[in-house]
Amino acid sequence: MKMIEMPVIDQAKCNGCGLCLSVCSCQALVLVGNVVTAVETTDCGWCTLCEAVCPTGAIRCLYEVVIEE
Amino acid sequence: MCCLCATVGRGDIILGNMVVEAEFLKSIPYFAGLSPVELDAVARRILEREVKRGEIILFEGEPARELYFVASGVVKVFKTSPEGKEQILQLIRPGESFNDVPVFGGGLNLASAEAMAPGVLYGIRKSDLEIMLRDHHKLAQNVIQVLSQRIEHLVSLVEDLSFRHVTGRLARILLEYAGDKGGERRLLTQQDMAAMAGTAREMIGRSLKFLEEEGVVRLERHRIVIKDKKALKEIAGVAD
Repeated sequence: MKMIEMPVIDQAKCNGCGLCLSVCSCQALVLVGNVVTAVETTDCGWCTLCEAVCPTGAIRCLYEVVIEE
Repeated sequence: MCCLCATVGRGDIILGNMVVEAEFLKSIPYFAGLSPVELDAVARRILEREVKRGEIILFEGEPARELYFVASGVVKVFKTSPEGKEQILQLIRPGESFNDVPVFGGGLNLASAEAMAPGVLYGIRKSDLEIMLRDHHKLAQNVIQVLSQRIEHLVSLVEDLSFRHVTGRLARILLEYAGDKGGERRLLTQQDMAAMAGTAREMIGRSLKFLEEEGVVRLERHRIVIKDKKALKEIAGVAD
């Protein structure tokens, strides 16, 4: 089964503040212990708000740039 | 100390049934370096407001009555064009303030503000702020410092908007990263693009939206698809 691309979380940088969870409208992020983890879901529309609000730069919403065939 | 407030454990200040954490207040640039007495005076004038996700806190063009600090949650400060297009000016995180400039300037709200998540705001009325500034010189110094930083940020934004061609630089970056045949996929975030283009992340979001509206790229989940490479090269100022 193909993996769903999700925001990448640097758990060493995450301070567990939960801001990303509060702005995520699709419950794609959860706190496990005191660290944020992404849950694979196609509901994530790549709004990148979690990355924008993260105060420690722990979240990266990566883009691949491709040319349309 | 007034009859309504009392200092409790760990320096927290209790107001009726509301507790304003002194430690939190001290972490706000406006209140850095204030004495316990001054912090107490500030806490007594703070109004707590709970907000829901999507709640509009301020409307652009209305009289500026309160200065706000985010205690928890995230607030989006934005402007809306006559065509209804929204431009995010800033995301306000815990400890940061918004609506400062119009409150001090005595004008109208320069932008609207919306809660992006459930949260708590601390507000101070304009009239209370004026009294505090008169009575506490350290607070006045802090305000000058905060407003100076705000001006620096705005000047750099003005430079981006008027003198530099952020969209052109972004177009170059996209062309450089597109269809890389080097084997390993090169992925990048909006933050990476901002750092490479020497601009703010907000400007990258705006430029990507512009390129999409012009039909040059299509934003997909996890992908930026270049639909019109020729047009993108023209925007980038690169010879075909």
